[in-house]
Amino acid sequence: MSARGNQRWIVTAIPYAWMLVFFLVPFLIVLKISFSSTEIAQPPYSPTFDLINDVWADTLDKIQALQFDNYKRLFTDSIYIESYLSSLWIAGTSTLMMLFLAYPIAYGMARAPKSIRPTLVMMVILPFWTSFLIRIYAWISILSEEGLLNSLLVNLGIIDEPMQILSTNTAVYIGILYSYLPFMVLPLYSALEKMDDSLIEAAKDLGCTQFQAFWRVTFPLSIPGVIAGCFLVFIPAVGEFVIPDLLGGSETLMIGKTMWEEFFNNRDWPAASAVAVALLIVLMIPIVIFQSNEARQQEMR
Amino acid sequence: MSAKTLGPVRRKFAPWDDPSSKPLIEIRQVTKSFGSFTAVDDVSLKIYEREFFALLGPSGCGKTTLMRMLAGFEEPSSGQIIIGGQDMAGIPPHKRPVNMMFQSYALFPHMNVEKNIAFGLEMDKLPKGEIGARVQEMLKLVKLEQFAHRKPHQLSGGQRQRVALARAIAKRPKVLLLDEPLGALDKKLREETQFELLDLQMQLGMTFVIVTHDQDEAMTMADRIAVMDKGQFVQISPPAELYEHPQTKYVADFIGDINLLEGRVTKNERGRITLDSDATGGVIDVHADSSAGAGDKAWFALRPEKAAISLLPPNDPQTNCARGTVWDIGYVGDISVYHVRLDQGGTMRASIANTSRVVERPITWEDKVYLTWTPDSGVVLTK
Repeated sequence: MSARGNQRWIVTAIPYAWMLVFFLVPFLIVLKISFSSTEIAQPPYSPTFDLINDVWADTLDKIQALQFDNYKRLFTDSIYIESYLSSLWIAGTSTLMMLFLAYPIAYGMARAPKSIRPTLVMMVILPFWTSFLIRIYAWISILSEEGLLNSLLVNLGIIDEPMQILSTNTAVYIGILYSYLPFMVLPLYSALEKMDDSLIEAAKDLGCTQFQAFWRVTFPLSIPGVIAGCFLVFIPAVGEFVIPDLLGGSETLMIGKTMWEEFFNNRDWPAASAVAVALLIVLMIPIVIFQSNEARQQEMR
Repeated sequence: MSAKTLGPVRRKFAPWDDPSSKPLIEIRQVTKSFGSFTAVDDVSLKIYEREFFALLGPSGCGKTTLMRMLAGFEEPSSGQIIIGGQDMAGIPPHKRPVNMMFQSYALFPHMNVEKNIAFGLEMDKLPKGEIGARVQEMLKLVKLEQFAHRKPHQLSGGQRQRVALARAIAKRPKVLLLDEPLGALDKKLREETQFELLDLQMQLGMTFVIVTHDQDEAMTMADRIAVMDKGQFVQISPPAELYEHPQTKYVADFIGDINLLEGRVTKNERGRITLDSDATGGVIDVHADSSAGAGDKAWFALRPEKAAISLLPPNDPQTNCARGTVWDIGYVGDISVYHVRLDQGGTMRASIANTSRVVERPITWEDKVYLTWTPDSGVVLTK
């Protein structure tokens, strides 16, 4: 093969190598820990693999020593199932709410004069210039009982007493809606923006009202954007930890939070690892759907 | 009705000359401005039933804006558009008895061919069986039966064009608007499709209004052509009249090839006009109608194929004759175009049909030649 062919091979290899070192290897470590049992030791689990010395020596023994107790616990201890379901519910409903919120925004952006569209896109991604963590902290000061929102509503006479928003699921929803909005708006915008205006005119010419033209032409053609946006929001929202931890309260049950508590409060690394592996398996389904949707769109072009 | 019986009828088709015939479309003093730019400037026009009408002009002349006003995508700034006796003011596109075939075809990418064609019929809430039958009929008409279940991106350019056409005529509109319908096709396919469109229009007995910048397209298909420039009609005539009797230099130049010789009118007596021309160094006798009076500046317009080219001088080299040197020969196959540098300055072109199969032509580069023409071969233009 020529030198060019070799170079091509290198280019392909780099991302795979990256994924191998920074994703697959850590994942295998987590997977391995999930089959271990807790110890009061450093590290806090056993058995441990010594990768250098005895990978082959007594691997078989070690594998036999692996245990599935952690996974059994996922099903026996109801906190895990409930956390999973609650995470899926919160992520699912906020994704749906976000779709209704983001679609008009994206539609308005795509219909705006061409000259101001880049500015609008920039305004959508502008919040990314500030750290995610800081923005969530800012929401604490907005939503707290003495916060901006409550004092505004009290001063306007809309409510008599400050409401409890912070440390409730409402605050979690607000946090998710706020944080992930750009991930929904941008794919929708890119789907709507590239649409040929003459398609809408053709629909009207053939007998559609403005509204019918939207439902029969604009919306169906934006479905790839809808799917992309929903998964881009849903997948990270399921595993979200910072928002439920900072804005949510004791009632807020999300798997990311449960995992964190398992890991740091209980120092139960194997259980936390099992939770993480199970979460990955749960999310595999939407990720695969998302990927096949993207592949189908590529083919269409 | 078959195309055969319509053939002879068509030759006599000239409702615009008959004062008793009622127009299907009437455009009355329509103006359309976008801000300070006037796209269409006070135009009036009547289009008759079963007419194939072409709006011809360069890009930006306002032809597309005018068509979009017929379709209802733009409202006139002033003036009136009447279709089938009904004032179209304030009537949205989906309620107008017209359909449009878009330049980009605007096929719905998420629907297959069948669904695209059925779209307008479904919007009209026709019974399912009737929609199916009409779609089959349309598919047959545009010869796309085998492609009914393909998506637009799986079709060739020519096939897409036919789907767009089928979709636009499926609702049997009174008027079909075609915006540069053949613009995206290659030359060979374009010529074939021109005749297909003509046949189709005769079969359907529908009124077609076509927008094009391609004069060949307009000349081949249209019953009448409106030449547009800067938002106004320059001339509205049947193709032959447009070609043989252009009313302005703009039209003469836009349609086909033309020689324009500047001169001064010395005499105009009942269609017998005489000009003094610096370009020929003699006089030009013309048998044509013109408002030009003695002393006026005017142009003699002569099509290149109406000029004869010869190595020998004519009997009277002072009248209807220009002398010069062959400077370039454009061999196109069916004709050869001789570019002649006139002795008095300027150039003229004469095109000669290559009726015999010889490679060596008697007249060649740098030959001294005489260009001559008869008094009824050209026209006199004053603007």
